[in-house]
This record gives sequence, structure tokens and C-alpha cells, in this order.
Amino acid sequence: MRLDGNAVAGILRQVFAVEMTEAIGTCAGCGKAEAVGAVVVYDRAPGTVLRCPHCEWVLAKLVTDGDRVWVDLRGVRTLELRV
Amino acid sequence: MTPIVSRGFRGRRRDDGPPDRVPPGQYVTDDFPVLSAGPTPRTPLGEWDFTIVGEVDELHRWTWEEFRALPSEEVTVDIHCVTKWSKLDTTWEGVRVDTLLEGIETSAEYVVAFCDGGYTTNLPLEDVVDGKAWVAFGYDGEPLDPEHGGPARLLVPHLYFWKSAKWVRGLQLASTDEPGFWEQNGYHLYGDPWREQRYWGD
Amino acid sequence: MAGTAVLGRLTWLPVEAVEVVPETPRVKTLRLDVPDWPGHLPGQHVDIRLTSEDGYQAQRSYSIASAPGAPQLELTVELIEDGEVSPYLADELQPGDRFELRGPVGGYFVWEPSRGGPLLLVAGGSGVVPFRAMLRHLVDEGGGVPATLLASSRSWDDVIYRDELERLDGEGLRVVHTLTREQPDDWDGYTRRVNAEMLAEVGPGPDEGPHVYVCGPTPFVESVATALVELGHEPGRIRTERFGPTGG
Repeated sequence: MRLDGNAVAGILRQVFAVEMTEAIGTCAGCGKAEAVGAVVVYDRAPGTVLRCPHCEWVLAKLVTDGDRVWVDLRGVRTLELRV
Repeated sequence: MTPIVSRGFRGRRRDDGPPDRVPPGQYVTDDFPVLSAGPTPRTPLGEWDFTIVGEVDELHRWTWEEFRALPSEEVTVDIHCVTKWSKLDTTWEGVRVDTLLEGIETSAEYVVAFCDGGYTTNLPLEDVVDGKAWVAFGYDGEPLDPEHGGPARLLVPHLYFWKSAKWVRGLQLASTDEPGFWEQNGYHLYGDPWREQRYWGD
Repeated sequence: MAGTAVLGRLTWLPVEAVEVVPETPRVKTLRLDVPDWPGHLPGQHVDIRLTSEDGYQAQRSYSIASAPGAPQLELTVELIEDGEVSPYLADELQPGDRFELRGPVGGYFVWEPSRGGPLLLVAGGSGVVPFRAMLRHLVDEGGGVPATLLASSRSWDDVIYRDELERLDGEGLRVVHTLTREQPDDWDGYTRRVNAEMLAEVGPGPDEGPHVYVCGPTPFVESVATALVELGHEPGRIRTERFGPTGG
């Protein structure tokens, strides 16, 4: 299904231990910045894929196997968040 | 902490199926679930081509017409998705990868399938030859639906179905095994369903 | 405030069903007891997890329907035809039954009165659920921010929280319905899908600088968001939450 970053709020909160949907990511493909909550999410792949809503670049991939999680964030040039 | 079991929850009816045909941890489905990592590509056939690149003497290329003029066959196979569903007796029509590799000299031992939309997956060359793999353009007697990878997808039924790359546009031959889209991020490099090779370390 | 700055890894919390309340023929609200509930902000959701006796698990996300501080956590579930989780929650769940949840999560799709307004909420079907939390909280906090809810439903019987919305309408909140498939004989309201024209008529307009939230099935959210931008609303002030093709 095509959803948005809200759909990965739970898993990201588990991975990063803080709320991530308001973090701003800059796309490594087109350079545009968006809140994680506003990115496109495909959650019916063998894993989850986050894509830039402007250029469709793969921002991140998430794969879970029980309590193991793999996160690929190479498509995000920078993440801005508040600590 | 052990999860809380919810009284009366069963989930969808899952049929384990005959054990000689259904690998461990799988259940049989009658649907054909659509899994996708991105928007469905829509390459017009006039722009489509299939190429074999990498460790070859020269680039080999087929237009859609040239590809469809190659000998093809109908096959019936079981397919197994890493998300645990298996579908038995699926019929496809396609060109054997052997046919595409005919006459091509290479010292490569691996291939990477590359696709519209950027998806890639890696396989040993020996797993796509000798009648083990096809570039399929038909499913269940009809042209392959874009949702399921049409106009053409790779079909490698003896491995988990993420290796049967949708919207395939070619094969890159290489002497090293280069992890593809999912293999870079947790999924098993080889993916044998009979040894339950779903994730790294399995 | 309390609960909003909770850090540390989330765990699955035990949940016990207290009551299942019908809202419409296909929609029920679950009232839940969550002993270690840390509190939440309006607009947040939870992930719920069901485990069967043979170890099979299914997870789904549901928006929180209750306001912060409500005595019980409330989730509203729409029964999806041949769904896997919603038939269990909507038709099988009994008071005393247990499952697990993870949350609250979400920070992007949150609105509180302190953020200011005016507020424009556009809901497709069960997309109204997080807005009920926002509106109840607004009322609890004494109102003070003008709010408009435009809710699209299939028919009058399918309007979720219908009676509550009728009561809230007029008290600083304006509720506008569009019924897209079937209408009562005396209906003189909207009958078409939400589009730019309807949004322009309902308002508030871009010149008022509203905070806009859109929630519902993916195609609904995307066409509404496009229409809002076409009308001149600032993309940065539009927040969206997609529920997938069939909502929920």
C-alpha cells in the first residue's frame, strides 16, 4: 500500500528511541527537505521503503526479522531533529 | 517478554499445504499478493529493451519485437515469497534465460538483474541457466499485468520470489556477487526457501 | 506536558478491552484499559499487535480517538471486508480480552490549540478518527480556536460520531458533511466528492493561514491535498495522514 511517514512512526520510534515523524530529511536525490511524516511509504514490499514525495528517490529501507531491524538511510543526505 | 495471545484471534485462514511442495514456514494462498517497493513503472513497449551487459564481449540488446520473436515456453511452477505465502501451480509464459545467454561468452559467475524503477537483485549465474529461469511476459494465459511486473519480469522459482525481479530490463554479468536492493539491507544473498534463507545469517 | 517527552525504546504494552461501542453499521469504538499508558497528543496513533495461539502475529495502526486525559483509551475501527484484524476487533473482541499496543506514536500529525488556527480538518470516512481527538481536546481546553471539519462519508448512516458532531457544530466548530453515495430524502447538503470548489466554498481560505489536516484513504488524501495546493494553501501548512486504499 502507498502510505506516508506516519505509518512508520512506530518502527522508527523503536529504532531511534525518539519520535521521528517531525524530523526533517533532505533527499539525496533532489535536495528537497520534508518531514519524515510527509514522505511516501511503500509498506508492502518484502520490507518497507520510504521515498521522496518530489522525486521518488529511495530515502530509506527498513527490514525487520523479529527483533532485528536493518535500516538503510543512504537516500537521506541529512536528518534534522530536535534533541 | 512473550507476546500476549488474544483469545479468538486466528488471522486469515492459512493452509500449510503438502510439505513436499511447500517450504518450511510458508502457507499456501489462492490470491496473488502484490508487493511493491515503489510506483509501478509504465515503460511503453516502443521504448522497452532488454540488455545483457557487464563481463561480456559486447552489449547484447533486444527490442520488444526482437524479444518476443525468441523461442518461448509455457511453464507451471510453484512460487514462494519471503513474506511467507506460497502459490502452487502458477503458469507463466517466457523466454528461458538460457536462450538470451546463447552464444555469449563470459567468465562471469554472478548476475545482477536490473529493472525499471531502479530495483536490482543478485544471483549466481548457475541459478539462472539450465532451465532454471525465464524472462516471463505472460501469466495465467494473459500478458503480464504491470502490477505483477509487466511487460516482463524475471522468474526464478527455486529461490524466494524477491529474486524474480519485476519490470526487468536486463542482466549485468559480473565476477563478484553484488548485493541487490534488498540483499544490501538484511535479506539473504542467496535466498533458498528450502533452507529458509530469508535474512542475513540464516 | 506529561507523557509527551517520553524517551527510551517503546515496548509492547498489555491492553484489555473494556467496552465495544457501535458507531455505525461497520464501525465500532473500542474502550481500552492500558495500565502503563503514558498519555498522548491529539492526532497520534498506536500500533496494535494480535498474536494467535499458534504464534501467528498481525499488526495494524489505529488513530487514537480519545482526547488526552480521557479515562480510557479509545480506538475506532472500521470493519474491512476480508480484513484480517478489523473483523476480530469489530466483531469478535469481548470485554476482558487482551492484546498489545505500541505507542503513542506520531508527532507530525498532531494538533493542539497552542499551535493556533484557524483549523481546517478534511476527513474521508474513518479519517475522522484523529480529528475527534483534536476536537474533544479543543473543547476540553475551552475552545478559542475557530475550527471547520469537512467530512466525506458514503451515506448519513455511515457518518462516524454523527451525534457528537451535531452537538459540537456551532460552538466555534463548523461541521460540513458531504454524502457521496446515498442521501436522505430531505438532504440539501453536498453530495459529491471533495474537490477544490467545495473546499473554496467551505473555507477557511489560504488568506486566513489555516492549519490544515487531511486524513483518510490514500486516494482521498492525495486528491484533497492537490486541490488545497491548487487553491493557494501553503503546502507547509497542510499535514496529511493516509490510511491506505480502504481506510482504517
